[in-house]
Formats: sequence, C-alpha cells, structure tokens
Amino acid sequence: MLQSVSLLLTILLVVPVTAVFLWAAFSRPASVDAGELAARSYRLRDWSFWVLLAVVTPVFLYTLTLMPYGADAEAEGVQTVNVTGHMWRWDLSQDEFRVGEPVQFRVTSQDVNHGFAIYDEDMTLLTQTQAMPGYTNILEYTFEQPGTYQVLCLEYCGVAHHAMVAELTVTE
Amino acid sequence: MSDTTMEPAVPRGARNAVITYLATTVVVLLLMMVFGLLMRLEQAGMDLMGAAGFYQVLTAHGAGMVGAVALGSSAVMWYFLRRHVELSTGVFLLNLALFLLGAVLILGGIFIGGFAGAWTFLYPLPQTPMGLWTQAAAASFFLGLLAIGVGFLLLYIDIARALITNYGGLGRSLGLPQLFGRAGDPPPPAVVASTMVLIVNTLGIVAGAAILSMSLINLYQPGFEIDSLWAKNLTYFFGHVFINATIYMAVIGVYEILPRYTGRPWKVSRVFLAAWAASTVMVLLVYPHHLLMDFSQPTSLHVLGQVISYTSGLPVLLVTAWGALTNVYRSGIRWDIASGFVFLGVFGWAAGVIPAIIDATIVVNTVMHNTLWVPGHFHFYLLLGVVAMMFGFMAWLTRSQAEGDGFFDRLGFWTFTGGGLALVAVFLYSGASSVPRRFAEHLPEWAAYAQLGSVAAALVILGTLLLALRFFLGLKRVANNVA
Repeated sequence: MLQSVSLLLTILLVVPVTAVFLWAAFSRPASVDAGELAARSYRLRDWSFWVLLAVVTPVFLYTLTLMPYGADAEAEGVQTVNVTGHMWRWDLSQDEFRVGEPVQFRVTSQDVNHGFAIYDEDMTLLTQTQAMPGYTNILEYTFEQPGTYQVLCLEYCGVAHHAMVAELTVTE
Repeated sequence: MSDTTMEPAVPRGARNAVITYLATTVVVLLLMMVFGLLMRLEQAGMDLMGAAGFYQVLTAHGAGMVGAVALGSSAVMWYFLRRHVELSTGVFLLNLALFLLGAVLILGGIFIGGFAGAWTFLYPLPQTPMGLWTQAAAASFFLGLLAIGVGFLLLYIDIARALITNYGGLGRSLGLPQLFGRAGDPPPPAVVASTMVLIVNTLGIVAGAAILSMSLINLYQPGFEIDSLWAKNLTYFFGHVFINATIYMAVIGVYEILPRYTGRPWKVSRVFLAAWAASTVMVLLVYPHHLLMDFSQPTSLHVLGQVISYTSGLPVLLVTAWGALTNVYRSGIRWDIASGFVFLGVFGWAAGVIPAIIDATIVVNTVMHNTLWVPGHFHFYLLLGVVAMMFGFMAWLTRSQAEGDGFFDRLGFWTFTGGGLALVAVFLYSGASSVPRRFAEHLPEWAAYAQLGSVAAALVILGTLLLALRFFLGLKRVANNVA
C-alpha cells in the first residue's frame, strides 16, 4: 500500500517537473526583455514556495503520527519474541503467531549489523528494523492475515546475506 | 553562445591538470559502470561471479563511483573557482595523486585481498570476514579511503587559504555580509558554492577519517571496541556529506556554462545567498535519515532526519532549478550536448530528490529502506544529475565551435539519457515491489526487473563510451576553446 502510494506520488510529481523542463527548453520566441521575464518568474517562485509549504506541512505532520518507534516494553497482552541475527541465520524464540495479536520483536545481533524485515506471501515488505550488536530494537507488528511470512536480512552482512531467511507462521 | 575570445585564458598547467582529472574520472566511471552492469546481470540470473565476487564488485562499485564523481565534480569547481581566486595547481595534482594511490589500495584490498565490506564498511563487518578476506585486505581498503580523504582535505585547505586571502574570511566568501544587508557586490556563484563545499566536506571527511582510523585500530587491537551505533552515525555523516558535496561542486558548472549559452548572467541575489547559507547548515544535519530503522537512536534524531530531508536540498535546489528554467526560458538558446547535459543535470537533481524525500518519510522508510528504491533515487540525482553536469562541462571544454555536434555526439547524449532514465525507473519500480538492494541472488520473480535493468545499464555504458570517445578526440580543441 505505502509502496504503491510512494510510486504513484513520485510519478505524479516527476511528470510535471519533466514537462516544465521540456517546456522551458523549447520555449519560443526569444524574448529581449529578460529582466521582466526574470522578475515575473521569481514572483511565481515566491508564491509557489508558500503553496508548497501549505501543502507539505500537514502531510508532514500527519506522517509523524505513524512513526514505528516507542513500543511499550511493559505492555500486557503482547507476544514478545527475542530475535538474534547471526551470520547468516535468524534465531527466533518463537515463530508462530496469531492473527490480530500484537507482536513485539526484540531484535539484536550477535555479530555484525543485520536488517530484520518481514515479507508477506506475495513478497511484499511489511515492516523492518535494524539488528545491531549491543542494541535491542523493539519492533511491534500485528499480523492481519494467516499464512507463511518470510524474514529477510536487509542490511548487507557478508557473503550469504541474501540467503539469511527465516519463516514465520501466522494462524487464525 | 560566446566565442573563444570571451573566455579568460587558462594557463597550460592548470588546463592539463583539469583534463587529467576528467580523463581519470571518465575511465573510472566507465569501469564502475561495467561493474554495475555485471551486478545487474548476476541478479538477472547469469552466474558470472558468484556471491563472493558479486559483493566484491558491489564494494568496488560503491566506493569507486563516489570517488569518481567527487574527482570529476571537484575539477568543475576548481576550473571555475580559479578564475576568481589564486589556487595551487600543485595541490590540485597532489589530490589526484592521492586519489590514484587510494584507488590502487582499495582495488587491491578488494580484488587481491577479497575485501567485501561494502563502501559503508559498517563496523564490525570488516573485522568479521568469516575467512573471506584478510586483515591486510581490510586495512588496505581503509587506508585507500583515508588517502583519498587526505587528498581532498589538502585541496579544501588550499581553497580555504585562497578564499580567506581574497575575501577576508569564509563568511564573506559565502556572501553573508550582503545577505544581511551590507552594500557591495556579493561574491560570484562559484565562490559561494565552493565556500559551502569546503566547510561541509571538511567536517564530513574528518568524521570519515575518525571512523576509518578507529576501524583500523580495532582491526589490529580488537580490545579497542567501537560502539556500533556511533560507528554507523559517523559513517553516514561522512558518506552523506561527501556525496552531497559532489552535487554542490558540479552545480557550479550550471551557474557558469548555462549563462554562456543564453547570454543571461546568473545573478547572485539575497535569496541565492540565503539558500546557500541555509544549505551549509542543513546538509550537516540531515544524515540521520540514513538511520531511521535504527530504533535505538533517539526519536528526536529521527524526526530531525525527516524534517531536514524535506528542507535540506530545497533552498539551493529551488534557487538552481528555478534559476536554470528562468535562465533558459525564451532565451533563444542553441542547444548542443554541453548545454543539454548541464540542463539535464539540473533536471536529474530536481526530479531525483522527489523519491528521495518520500523515502526519508519515516513511515515510508519502514517499507522502502534498503530496497532498490534507494539506488533508484540516488542514481536519479547522481547519474542524471551530477554525472550529467560533469559531462556538460567535458563537452563544453571539447566542443567544436566551427562544426557543432556530430551524429555520434547526439547519439551519445540520447543513449545515456534514455538508458539513465530507464535504469532509474527500473530501480524505483523494483523498490516499490519490495526487491531488496545488495542481494547477489534474486528470486525468480524479480529476475525480469534485473534483466530490464541490465539493458538500461548497457545503454548507459554505450552512451558514456561515445561521450568518452568524443572527449578524448576533442582534447586538441580545449586549448582553442579556453585560452
């Protein structure tokens, strides 16, 4: 979902930027009064800046409400799973979960940096956090569909980085 | 378009030094592009080098590309800056010598010693080789990066000396007095931009040298432990600032070359000065967006990363992109590949930051971090931005004023541009499809993306080959064009 929105937004913004560059590149006829053109252009730039600010600020503030940080380590009714990354395997204290129950993954690493990323059955990335030696990152996620999920490593960790895979099973 | 008589003379020594920089840049670029193609072919299912070979090539591609664009863009900066202040050609060449020494050490560490710790050399991966590389290989890689960093530091010290001598201080060469209302002519764009670059990149390189030195000590004295999160902060501060500085160096070519084609000077306004002053600060603060998935990092730093990502590039980008569009609009410009590449460079930068800013949004980063979306956006503003600006400078130096562009020049331009756009589009689409970056082997359902990406990469290489050929064949015209 987020991926599709990001791609669509990118296309919706890159296309007009491209169009403006092409329009400027092939604009005719040549104008002798460059000073007047520049003055008009910079008035438009100043106006555009405020429009951009007015549009982006609420979007920006809204996205901050969706941050994945600050999981309550003391919360009740949450399944807690210890995850340790090793070169090149995942060690999970539990790999079976229920739909609708929040799961807290407490992710660390025994050796180098790894990336703990959960993929669904369509190989769509759902969420992730880094696995770092000396630190425990708490990632909270609630599975919404039963099925088999994959854990991939998303931080380069050596020759078998791409093969560092684990499976999670989610039931009703 | 101006003719040769309007160009200030450039002494032979300085001219040859710039040409040597650009020749080295284009050779390294081509080699690194071939490495990029090899990686895409491997991911497409061709078993060319195996996983160990893939990750070595990945390490070389990352470090080599950053080095190559830094070298080329510093040539752009140095060439135009020396028209305003007196720079040392000897120091400029010393930087090149240290770059070549560094390149030998890096390539030796990788392809002789087997080092494959990626350009990020995230602690403690280089110290944990699992039998795939030696201590000496990792040390060679670290020392190579250090040599390159020392070279750039010496270059910046020389530039700082020249600016302070000429303007009386870096604040003045950044145009702060004029920004705050003092009367008098502001410094030219090349001076303002160079001041910003030397300030931020000196700090960036010092941070890089610190983590490289710590890593070297840890390599031989494991008891000297490094905090992995601290190491990551230092690495990304250094990496982010260093690669951003390449954009700010290359963009000087836009300020200098485009007006020569449109006949409209690039005026330094207070908005221009404010933008560069603001970017000087913000470029230093934005790097936490590389660590958004490190949940142990303070949340305030994550928020700072997102806030500054939204605002960091905007001032200079708005000033430059809007300025370039205004400069070109109804100017009657006669396009050739030099002006075309410079303008393309501004487009690549302006368009490329869009997916980058989206990725720097924390909630988006949870599903885009370390996917191919990331090389998608940085190839957009580096390949179609910085490299295009550099190619514009090279084409401008070697242009034929009598005959204009030939068929192969235009073919090179369009092949590079088309291939570059396709390469970026495939990366972005792959990232939106959750395909991880830095994977030696791809799942069968991802192979088609890598196959398309391979075709795009091959087109980029073909275009670059044509442009490189044009550059080398056109070297005899440089003296005529600029002296």
